[in-house]
Amino acid sequence: MKPLNLQIKTMLVKRIIPCLDVTGGRVVKGVKFIDLVDAGDPVEQARFYNSEGADELVFLDITASSDGREILQDMVRRVASTIHIPFTVGGGIRSVEDMREILRCGADKISINTSAIQTPDLISQGAQAFGRQCIVVAIDARRKGESWDIYTHGGRKAVNMDAVEWAKKVVELGAGELLITSMDSDGTQAGFDNELLARISENVSVPVIASGGAGNVQHFIDAVKIGKSDAVLAASLFHFRQLTIQEIKEAFAENEIPVRLPY
Amino acid sequence: MINIVDYEGGNLFSVIKAFEFLGVNPAVITRPEEYEGGKIVIPGVGDFGDAMRALNERNFPAFLHEKAEEGALLLGICVGVQILFSSSEEAPGVDGLSFFQPSVKRFSPGGKIPHMGWNNLTIHKSHPLLKNVADNSYVYFAHSYYIPNLNENFEMAHCEYSNSFTAIVNRENIYGVQFHPEKSQKTGMQILKNFIEL
Repeated sequence: MKPLNLQIKTMLVKRIIPCLDVTGGRVVKGVKFIDLVDAGDPVEQARFYNSEGADELVFLDITASSDGREILQDMVRRVASTIHIPFTVGGGIRSVEDMREILRCGADKISINTSAIQTPDLISQGAQAFGRQCIVVAIDARRKGESWDIYTHGGRKAVNMDAVEWAKKVVELGAGELLITSMDSDGTQAGFDNELLARISENVSVPVIASGGAGNVQHFIDAVKIGKSDAVLAASLFHFRQLTIQEIKEAFAENEIPVRLPY
Repeated sequence: MINIVDYEGGNLFSVIKAFEFLGVNPAVITRPEEYEGGKIVIPGVGDFGDAMRALNERNFPAFLHEKAEEGALLLGICVGVQILFSSSEEAPGVDGLSFFQPSVKRFSPGGKIPHMGWNNLTIHKSHPLLKNVADNSYVYFAHSYYIPNLNENFEMAHCEYSNSFTAIVNRENIYGVQFHPEKSQKTGMQILKNFIEL
């Protein structure tokens, strides 16, 4: 094996981000791992990924019912008490007050999707109140001919709006980062939609996180090199231990992609 | 004793938890009157102007100057270090605390802004604050404005994004880090531990 290229000096690394879907304070897909006391506990999983060298974590509350707010806040507090890497929380955040509550519990960033489309002002209000680095806008896009349309409600509802135009608009409004999920690729493990990613990345001035379609290590390399992404996100691939963060990092280093190694 | 200034600055909880993790129970002070001695940490997330406004409303600037003068150790984090400077392009016309004279600048367009993620430190000198922190260690940044490179007496480490900028500043008892040590895993915890032990 070639020696790893760890000599890249002062360089912003490409981030590798496990995503945890939670509902009612529990992780929906558990890590298949016997050494976790409770695989459904988001805090246990956060600790696990932290020890594996994850650069960041994303928690998405997939049900996001209003009576679940306190459970979510409690989870955020417990995660922030346990690990010392940045993490983003999304799902059902509809107001600046919702954002403030989650941030005060120790989250670093808030991800909004449907609520950003329904109330674009929420982006600028959030950026004004907490700084744009706190505001992640998630965009679910599905290919339509030569372009992509955006979807809300977890990809179920079509919105007649162009994904690239929407990306430019949300950055103008104050988004500090974009989380781009290809609804065509999501769940296929056939690779990210690099054309979509590159198109958006070239058209905005903020970092882009690639999501949807990761199946092997080459897909992550392609998302960075072809898709021009600043970070890569995956869920089940990590949860089911098909690939470890370390394996991706080593492959990145071999391909001269800057990566946090050793962490 | 570690005191954390609470001016509704966002990342307070994480900073408190980081210190608790290191075995100290920090005092959270929302007014100067609550201070009972010890080191002072100024956390920060967000805008230079908002941070200064919030500090001014709570009468912190004069207090911080007084304590710094008396020799209390100060640590600014992220926007908390930027406000130790005289001004920022983020909030023209707003005076900072001016412990350091230069003005905070905006990264030039071209690269992606914010500078967000893990980047490594180039350390210039050995100092107890950086005990057991290796040169090139990675730390977590999230900022759109930067502190220009300073006189070597004041700049303990730098980092590069679209340009070189100051990552750690120090003048006598005043310290500041542009990154988030509370989110920088082992390296960040080591730096906070070192600050506790200064």
